[in-house]
Amino acid sequence: MVIDLDKCTGCGACSVACMSENNIGVLHNETDKIRSITWMRVYQIDNGKSFPDTEVAFIPRPCMHCQGGKSGTPGQAFFQEGPMDEEAHPPCVSVCPATATDYDEETGIVSQIPTRCIGCRYCVAACPYHARYFNWYDVPWPKGSPRALSPFVSPRMRGVVEKCTFCYQRYQAARNKAMVSGGEVGEMDYQTACTEACPSGAITFGQLQNPEHKVHKLISSDYTFRLLEQLHTNPKVYYMSKREWVRKMADNYVTRHNKFAQAATQSGH
Amino acid sequence: MRRWLDDLPKYADDSSWWPKGTKRCRPEVFLIWLGLPLTLLAYFSVGAVLCLALGLNQTNMNDYFAFGVWIVVDLAVIALGAGAFFTSFLNYIVGKTELKPIVNAAVLIGFICYVGAILMLGIDIGQPIRGWFGFWHANVHSMLTEVMFCITTYAIVLTIELLPSVLDNKRISRVPEFGTFSHNLHTIMIVFAAAGTFLSFFHQGSLGGMFGVLYARPFAARGGLGIWPWTFFLFIMSAIAVGPSFTTMVVMITEKISGRKLTKHSVKMLMGKISGWLLVVYMVFKSADTLWWAYIKLPSAGLTLDNMYHAPYGFWLLWVEIGLCGWLPALMLVQEKVRASYGWMFVAMLLACIGITLNRFVFTIQSLALPVLPFEKFYAYLPSWPEWGIATLVLGFGLLVFMLAYRYLPIFPQEPELND
Repeated sequence: MVIDLDKCTGCGACSVACMSENNIGVLHNETDKIRSITWMRVYQIDNGKSFPDTEVAFIPRPCMHCQGGKSGTPGQAFFQEGPMDEEAHPPCVSVCPATATDYDEETGIVSQIPTRCIGCRYCVAACPYHARYFNWYDVPWPKGSPRALSPFVSPRMRGVVEKCTFCYQRYQAARNKAMVSGGEVGEMDYQTACTEACPSGAITFGQLQNPEHKVHKLISSDYTFRLLEQLHTNPKVYYMSKREWVRKMADNYVTRHNKFAQAATQSGH
Repeated sequence: MRRWLDDLPKYADDSSWWPKGTKRCRPEVFLIWLGLPLTLLAYFSVGAVLCLALGLNQTNMNDYFAFGVWIVVDLAVIALGAGAFFTSFLNYIVGKTELKPIVNAAVLIGFICYVGAILMLGIDIGQPIRGWFGFWHANVHSMLTEVMFCITTYAIVLTIELLPSVLDNKRISRVPEFGTFSHNLHTIMIVFAAAGTFLSFFHQGSLGGMFGVLYARPFAARGGLGIWPWTFFLFIMSAIAVGPSFTTMVVMITEKISGRKLTKHSVKMLMGKISGWLLVVYMVFKSADTLWWAYIKLPSAGLTLDNMYHAPYGFWLLWVEIGLCGWLPALMLVQEKVRASYGWMFVAMLLACIGITLNRFVFTIQSLALPVLPFEKFYAYLPSWPEWGIATLVLGFGLLVFMLAYRYLPIFPQEPELND
């Protein structure tokens, strides 16, 4: 996924679409932002200057679907099953005691199995992006509203962790369709709800490694960067901005010399 | 007050249950004393019912503070309870039989700490009914899986280690079968001491590893040896260093409250010496780790030591942990003069225990308080009253079990001869 921060207006349509697509409930008190659930959260940042030099940017933040590990040759990988394997090692996956979260090697998506989750919140502590949310409350679904829920995503119960899945149910639908037609999942067959909802076209979604996909071209731009690059989380969400202060604010002044090597070793979306 | 208590009518006599050659307060007085742990347990029960029925929204934890006071207390009591495995290891396996008079107390304290921690963890998880998933769907890569397996099995080992003390009760041991069983248990206790050492050694490490492997949380993340971050080894070292101190402190407090001598001072001094030298070793490694973290690890993540400390979690935490409650008690305890003084040894041991509790606090709370994203906010955390209630479980449960054990079980074999 690539998000062009210069195009993002901070309208929040991505968040709303995400909540609707993924059956995220609305709590009694949504002002308590450190307990409410927003898989796609929009941060507002500014350049710290006073008027008239003030500039504002918005950073939509889904789950980064980190691949983890040191990018490069398999020998350099941080965590390996065997000497020849380059095991994916997102910060949140290996910590789960109950195998309630997993890294899909095929799609590169970090999944979450709410019915397996015991609610220990170790993954929440492990994620530096605050992309994982614990259900502190029972969702007070208004009478009749469950009939409006998506049948493809199970609503979560109190006491478990949930997160952005890159609308995995859409991938499943696209894969089924491709299986029936005998073809492959095309770029436009699988798009996330936030991508479709963005009115300014700031979000682009596709396979990072597929040269035919737009995201592959976008990440080779000099203006792309990732959040917390230096922690080796190896995220699959890239950001773009021509404004230097935005790039500095988001990526902690990381040198970019090995960016393409990282992208080359990364699989999935 | 004491006179008023003495004047109370005598309703019951449980002296036949007291350990041989010992004297205990009257049952009525003991019942009044029991009010303290029972009050704490009542407070715990209210908090537990609220959290189980209404959810963890009754706490002040949130998505930034995924862990709170319960994990701090869990980590702290498991470290302080390490006296059980380490004293058993020294007594049964290394052959330091001078520690025999304090082994029972160490095992009892360990039992209290571990059972208390497990009970608290049962409330801490969002889906307590699914607690067994950690065993059934175990993720072998997770440090927490190892912790779950080891603290559960070690609690069972501690129960078995404690069983002979229960069976040696003056009345229970009159039943021939129990007496024989207890004797047989004594003879194979070395097996359980070895099992306990193995289990406890690993989960003490895994509790530290839990934080060291959080490679995207710069406050906690550490490099290491293979899959084990340095915190794995530091947590083991710190636990075996303060475990004997905590055991000795509890014995000293019991002596003061009961007004009876329970172990010879030489035994306490030996515990202090073991604690002191291990604390010195730990502090050398801890100081080296802190320097490596401050000058190499943090800069590699684009951060500095200054970024790690914000009010209320300021630099004072570092100085208190490493200096006042680290090096100071370590240097005090290695000196015989300090150990010879009842009061100074107690002070040094208390400081050491506070230092390790602070270490577990910063790894749990400060790791989470620090925003990693450059545009994130800094949050502080203060537990809610139901949260405090549940945190008092170990204290309430511990006091109750310890008081009953002290009254009825032969925990302190030297007590009769010291109080003749």
